[in-house]
Amino acid sequence: MRDTLDTTEEISTGRRQFTQGVAALGGLAIAPGVFLYHAAGAKPDDQAVSSQQRWGMLVNTNNCHEECDACVTACNEENGVWSLGRPETDAQWIRKLNVRDRQTGHVTSMPMMCQHCEHPPCVDVCPTRASFRREDGIVLVNKHTCIGCRYCMMACPYKARSFIHEPLQDQLPHSPRGKGCVESCTLCVHKVDQGDNTTACAEACAEEGHEALLFGDLNDPESEISKRLEKYGGTQIRADLGLNTGVRYQGI
Amino acid sequence: MLMFGTVAAGPENIPPPKAKYDEDTLCVEPVEIMRRQHFEYILDHRDRTVIEGIRTKKHSLIGCIDCHITPNDEGVYARYSQETHFCASCHQFAAVRIDCFQCHADRPAEAIREALKPDQHARRPVQELLETLQFSTAVFTK
Amino acid sequence: METARFSTIHANSVQYWILLGTLVLGALVGYLAAHHMDVEGHHITGMSNQIVWGFPHVAAVFLIVAASGALNVASISSVFGKVDYKPLARLSALLAIALLVGGLVILVLDLGRPDRLIIAMTVYNFKSIFAWNIFLYVGFIFITAIYLWMMMERKMNRFSKPAGFTAFIWRLILTTGTGSIFGFLVARQAYDAAIMAPLFIIMSFAFGLAVFILVLQASYAWTQRHLGDAILHKLRVLLGVFVASVFYFVLVYHLTNLYATEHHGVERFILVDGGIYTFLFWVVQMLFGCVVPLVLVFIRPFSQSRHMISLAALLVIVGGLAQLYVIIIGGQAYPLVLFPGMEESSSFFDGVVAQYAPSIFEILLGVGGICLSLAIVTVGIAVLEFLPESLSDKALKLESVTP
Repeated sequence: MRDTLDTTEEISTGRRQFTQGVAALGGLAIAPGVFLYHAAGAKPDDQAVSSQQRWGMLVNTNNCHEECDACVTACNEENGVWSLGRPETDAQWIRKLNVRDRQTGHVTSMPMMCQHCEHPPCVDVCPTRASFRREDGIVLVNKHTCIGCRYCMMACPYKARSFIHEPLQDQLPHSPRGKGCVESCTLCVHKVDQGDNTTACAEACAEEGHEALLFGDLNDPESEISKRLEKYGGTQIRADLGLNTGVRYQGI
Repeated sequence: MLMFGTVAAGPENIPPPKAKYDEDTLCVEPVEIMRRQHFEYILDHRDRTVIEGIRTKKHSLIGCIDCHITPNDEGVYARYSQETHFCASCHQFAAVRIDCFQCHADRPAEAIREALKPDQHARRPVQELLETLQFSTAVFTK
Repeated sequence: METARFSTIHANSVQYWILLGTLVLGALVGYLAAHHMDVEGHHITGMSNQIVWGFPHVAAVFLIVAASGALNVASISSVFGKVDYKPLARLSALLAIALLVGGLVILVLDLGRPDRLIIAMTVYNFKSIFAWNIFLYVGFIFITAIYLWMMMERKMNRFSKPAGFTAFIWRLILTTGTGSIFGFLVARQAYDAAIMAPLFIIMSFAFGLAVFILVLQASYAWTQRHLGDAILHKLRVLLGVFVASVFYFVLVYHLTNLYATEHHGVERFILVDGGIYTFLFWVVQMLFGCVVPLVLVFIRPFSQSRHMISLAALLVIVGGLAQLYVIIIGGQAYPLVLFPGMEESSSFFDGVVAQYAPSIFEILLGVGGICLSLAIVTVGIAVLEFLPESLSDKALKLESVTP
């Protein structure tokens, strides 16, 4: 049945102008990612993502302040992940983790979120393939096939995932989420796809002047993240599991 | 414009879409096809977007909502739970049950942002109910 | 032995209908509880982002494990050729199917999106033990049903041995699959152990037989049929052997963990300072679920009493539920270790022991599944010929025994 449908979509300039016209006509606050078009060099809308990119993050814990949670706030704002006043069941896509060395008392503070593994345990255990790794390395939950079994939450070594324990309202258009499914950091996939080349958390961190978070393409040797990783190195959390995480840390 | 916004069977007070997508077909595909097969386009596009990262607007649910869900004369956007919502108007009549809007926004981004504005997300319905209950018990304890 | 006569029980007594009504009501209440959880969302349960699998999973895994174990009695007769057990084989297979159905219904109703069951049945990820288990569970019901047919249809009797053998192999794989759900979780301190699969198999032997003994005793006592000492005491000794085997595997599991410094934290949590989990482990699982049943089935004068055999079986079930509670919930309550040797803290309960108390809805769902299983058995023995008319020593041509 579907084969009979013509779903190839040519995006004519005329239509773009139309859409932009509508946006201007309304004179309304435009949500990021809804009508804005790409930065230079972004993939065209109609092109599938490919393994030429591997998106990742570099966290420099030396720049991360224990009392600062700008990244968490920005993530919540960007994706509409807000508290329902029940800490034990509230979703958290990114959290500030403080790690104290028992011997020396030294405390390291860092953001913790989905590590976007190359070999993600959540994808291995998902019975319906709802947990999947996109070609460009971003690990996502396809909420259309997630049955809410929570096996991925049992399997994730980073406690990166949250189960939605109650009906939600007022979700943002670019960040659909709802009761009965599991979710986690999407690496701001909607921003990545429109060519922002950054995430809400990294932007917020930079605005604070901390610059502890850097987003980029690990496959591109010319990207800032690759250069820094090559020069200074970066550690994977639970590297012993051999998951080849897309999020790397410095200073731990 | 009105004609293509409202389905023959639905209530008459549904705000019209923002614009015609195309002079001939009106919608992204001919209206007759859209009435019967819109979900096939949406489902097909859904998998392309989620899995492949294809972000064209033409057959996307966000595109449908952005154009079809417009404010009424008082500037209010209908929710899917109301029969004046473009999608609900027909689904209710045809007794179609969908779960799209359990997760997806049933109004355009600007409407959602507006709804969240006053004191952001501090007051959720459940909490409001709890607060009311607390208030009433406070009355009793006094 | 071929002469054993089977017949349906007479479902015309008031007591029968009270029993069946109670079980159906229990199942119905369980369903309503699950429906309420589905409408409100899981926040009304004790489960959270820390404890993602709660009491429903304890009950479901118990039923699934016991299901494969309940088939053992049949396997002993057709696979290992012990003809004494043959009259019990039909009930054994019926119980296996009933317990599995009850367990599966609980699992499905506890999903975040139970309405998407069709997706779980049509889209598979073959690297997922869960996906394998869906096949294994459905296959088990199918194979056991065929096995039952081979046993119950005279013309098909000659195929009952190969069918029984297939069912036996299948049930071993099935319990391996159930144990592996936990055995393959590399991230969690309490689970990453290959011994989980054999541990679950031996647990299934004990739990399944305990349920079987209780159902057998109840159905014979309540229908005034004769259950001889000889067969019952064979089952008694078998139960003792299985309980002792579970003890051995639990011992090896903890000793292995205790050797590795990496696991000292979680071992200390379960064995010493885990509060409810430590209590459940030592008192309910080890003392009442293991030591006391062993005393009851092996030491006179207890071993001579039918009531004590029933009590032993009941305690094995209670101990088994406690054991699964400790494994499933205790294993999650102990925090994930992201940085070994460091203290972790966050707004997301890193580094702290998670709190969990089952809500009434979870308990009703769990109990509802158990009721459903027993209701299936109750209906089953009334409509088809599962029970031998007599299991007296004479009818079984067994020598009378003095236990």
